[in-house]
Amino acid sequence: MFGKTVKELGDALRRKDFSSTELTTAYLERSKTLNKEVNAFITFDEEQTLAQAKLADEILSTDDATALTGIPIAHKDIWCAKDWITTCGSRMLENFRSPYDAHIIKRFKECGAVTLGKTNMDEFAMGSSNETSWFGNVKNPWDLGRVPGGSSGGSAAAVAADMTPASTGTDTGGSIRQPAALCGISGLKPTYGLVSRYGMIAFASSLDQGGPMAKSAEDLAILLEAMVSFDDKDSTSLEKPTVHYSSMINKSVKGLRIGIPKEYFSDEIAPDIQNGVQDALKEYEKLGARLVDINLPTSPLSVAAYYVIAPAEASSNLSRFDGVRYGYRAPNYSDLNDMYAKTRAQGFGAEVKRRILIGTYVLSHGYYDAYYLKAQKVRRLISQDFAHAFKTCDMIMSPTTPSTAFKIGEKVSDPVQMYLSDTFTIAANLAGLPAMSIPCGLDRNQLPIGLQLIGNYFDEAGMIAAAHQYQCATDWHLKKPPLHNV
Amino acid sequence: MEWEIVIGIETHVQLSTESKIFSGASTDFGAMPNAHACEVDLALPGVLPVLNKDAVEKAIRFGVATQATINQRSIFARKNYFYPDLPKGYQISQMEIPVVEGGTIKFHVAESEKTVNLTRAHLEEDAGKSLHEDFIDMSGIDLNRAGTPLLEIVSEPEMRSSDEAVEYAKTLHSLVRWIGICDGNMQEGNFRCDANVSVRRKGDKTLGTRREIKNLNSFKFLQQAIEYEARWQIEQIEDGLAIVQATVLFDPDSGETRLMRTKEDAHDYRYFPDPDLLPLVIDDDWLKTTRASLPELPKSKARRYQDDLELSGPDVASLVSSLEAATYFEATLNHFDVSGIKPAAKSIANWMNGELTASLNRSQKDFSQCPIAPETLSVLIKRVLDNTLSTKLARLVFEELWSGDSTVDDIILKKGFKQMSDSGEIESFVSQVIEQHPQQVADFKAGKEKALNSLVGQVMKLTKGKANPTQVNEILKSKLS
Repeated sequence: MFGKTVKELGDALRRKDFSSTELTTAYLERSKTLNKEVNAFITFDEEQTLAQAKLADEILSTDDATALTGIPIAHKDIWCAKDWITTCGSRMLENFRSPYDAHIIKRFKECGAVTLGKTNMDEFAMGSSNETSWFGNVKNPWDLGRVPGGSSGGSAAAVAADMTPASTGTDTGGSIRQPAALCGISGLKPTYGLVSRYGMIAFASSLDQGGPMAKSAEDLAILLEAMVSFDDKDSTSLEKPTVHYSSMINKSVKGLRIGIPKEYFSDEIAPDIQNGVQDALKEYEKLGARLVDINLPTSPLSVAAYYVIAPAEASSNLSRFDGVRYGYRAPNYSDLNDMYAKTRAQGFGAEVKRRILIGTYVLSHGYYDAYYLKAQKVRRLISQDFAHAFKTCDMIMSPTTPSTAFKIGEKVSDPVQMYLSDTFTIAANLAGLPAMSIPCGLDRNQLPIGLQLIGNYFDEAGMIAAAHQYQCATDWHLKKPPLHNV
Repeated sequence: MEWEIVIGIETHVQLSTESKIFSGASTDFGAMPNAHACEVDLALPGVLPVLNKDAVEKAIRFGVATQATINQRSIFARKNYFYPDLPKGYQISQMEIPVVEGGTIKFHVAESEKTVNLTRAHLEEDAGKSLHEDFIDMSGIDLNRAGTPLLEIVSEPEMRSSDEAVEYAKTLHSLVRWIGICDGNMQEGNFRCDANVSVRRKGDKTLGTRREIKNLNSFKFLQQAIEYEARWQIEQIEDGLAIVQATVLFDPDSGETRLMRTKEDAHDYRYFPDPDLLPLVIDDDWLKTTRASLPELPKSKARRYQDDLELSGPDVASLVSSLEAATYFEATLNHFDVSGIKPAAKSIANWMNGELTASLNRSQKDFSQCPIAPETLSVLIKRVLDNTLSTKLARLVFEELWSGDSTVDDIILKKGFKQMSDSGEIESFVSQVIEQHPQQVADFKAGKEKALNSLVGQVMKLTKGKANPTQVNEILKSKLS
């Protein structure tokens, strides 16, 4: 049963090769065993998981089964799921059991998918290495001494180690694409507003977007069909006609104009990544695409703008974690202010506190114009750059990250170096554009290299098709980490 | 030394929507604590706000009614601070671009009209409540009120006395009820005022340092608080002390204001546009529909009542004091012909401002709940105008109407209240009175006009009030001349 894609498993389930209960039980066992080494999951809840599998088996015996019915899916622990402990990787929510379902969790339930467990993540999605989680860092299945990337590191590592057929993640500045690249899997961040944020614990509301993580582009299409749906509980949710992504994956890339931004191909990028990405671009040319040089002149400012806007929103979004109504409360305190101070000092980790401080600072009286407003102006310029670029190309390609998976502990003491690992991914969030990462090679240490695709607004179908064409022609997405043989 | 008091008022008006401004929970008052707090009101992780259109509708109504500018694109902002009854750690409000800007409120103080300009009116959510009773070493939090829609209406500092401040507040209170955006219940905190008070020497151009008196929920407290605060500020300055900008609370028991916090420990609210909400866009159609749905405003009605019906200032003021009263007045007036409209109007006003208001007050009802229908009142008035009933008898009929469901004419018939207008019959009573009261007759003949009133009174008594007093007067005069 292992090693298969969602597509293959779905076909097998409907063929009755095995039941969802069998599949789910097998994955639960494998996941639990591997989790001792990888630490990709924070929570398993066998009882709820198997109850869902049983329900799925009933649906599978009817004609109502969908492509996802009976498939175990791991959800990033940022999504509220009814009756599940939902921690967001934080001590603050260590014991928080959500009384409601996020919109996408509801959608997966409607499709008959089974929640396999909740995956580890950087605390409140703040981090690029999964080292800020209160529940310990996740290890990269390709090299257990290295990070899986973040913040959706648990979701990425779980797919890479085949601890789950597929998973969900969220991407605020690269949190789906960067770990997908570092773990050698496929991940997609949709256009802002396409996937409801209701029930996703907010980090930076104007940038946060949920998306699928899987073994192939085809699987991303299947998952995305479940995740994209208008939600009247999210004011930023967009009402769009339904797109059948999985029926559009065979679209050829012949004549596709691929924009190559020179700002994303600097000398700071590891040579193996340069080579891997260049090989992928050559492959696209072979498939009939055309490479076009483009400029994204303001994109070097994206990290700076992001680290003003995201912390500003986060500082406000995280105010609700005050120890009053739910979550962690410090055991001893003298008065209300002391309760707030101790609760938040003990409940949040260092990186979260750092970002709350930055955010509070940039929104403060006297600094707002110089930081927050200026960053918003940069954000608009970045969007304009992309709009301009899309006049001469249909899709943009670049490396997903400047380096492959780095060693655990390597960057924890240098937040700026850590922040720079998202240098190529952040601009798409600032502009609200869809973007994805697919595997395109292995470096000299046998670590995966990611190719980033940035599409125009709502061109998820085009991107997935382009990725699928590449995956039909190459086998990088089929490479397995050594751990896979456990 | 002559001092001038300068007052600006911020009013929090609770908008009478069914559900909260950013969630679907009910806004009903008085439920068990937290019974009306849904996942959004509790600020659970991951929840998001969705704007209630009815709250916007009501803000537009206010803007139209005060001739203000409605911003067709306004922005919701987060006001960040920590407090246990503020579940998200921020309040969603409007800062840079409010939904309503400008506008005026006009009212009368001591016979002269005063216009106060409004700065702005913006939409925001209310906080919950901290409960300190019933808990030992702890506080309870009730989030039923959290997320209730408020319109914060800010005036310019243009009032110069506590009387003006109270009249402004009363006019505003009546207006928000009139246009159906707030039930005006001050006990439940649905209309609360903050008064910004400063003093300066008469003739000074610059404003003095202000102190803000928070949360005044009755007109009486508003008046008392401003008077105390102004007196206190004048004394401070006369003693050579400076006023420090501060927020104060009014204690109704002592009648004094006391310091809550000074500017130094004021919050930095770190306002920024709420990324969870799109800009609020009000299109031309929405504006047009709302404008058309607004009832005729009190000022316009007052002008008509004064100009067309020739009613007095005080009469008009009470008729337009609420939409219910004005509606009742007009519904009653509709039962009269144009020819006799002016005396009818005067008579309706008299009834409404006299017996009706008194009876309604006694049973704690307003004009929309009046047990005597406008048509019934019109019949009663017609019977007075056509001399069937004396005013005195009409009052008795009114009492019957109030307590029962019989009609005016049935009551007249049943009780034999019909006014005596047969002059022959009246004449015999007049003769009887003249015979029995020679002293008063002599007094009258000696030129004491007042003696006549006494004789009229005797005739009325004898006829049990049924005689027409005007007729009695005439007959008496002719008999004694």
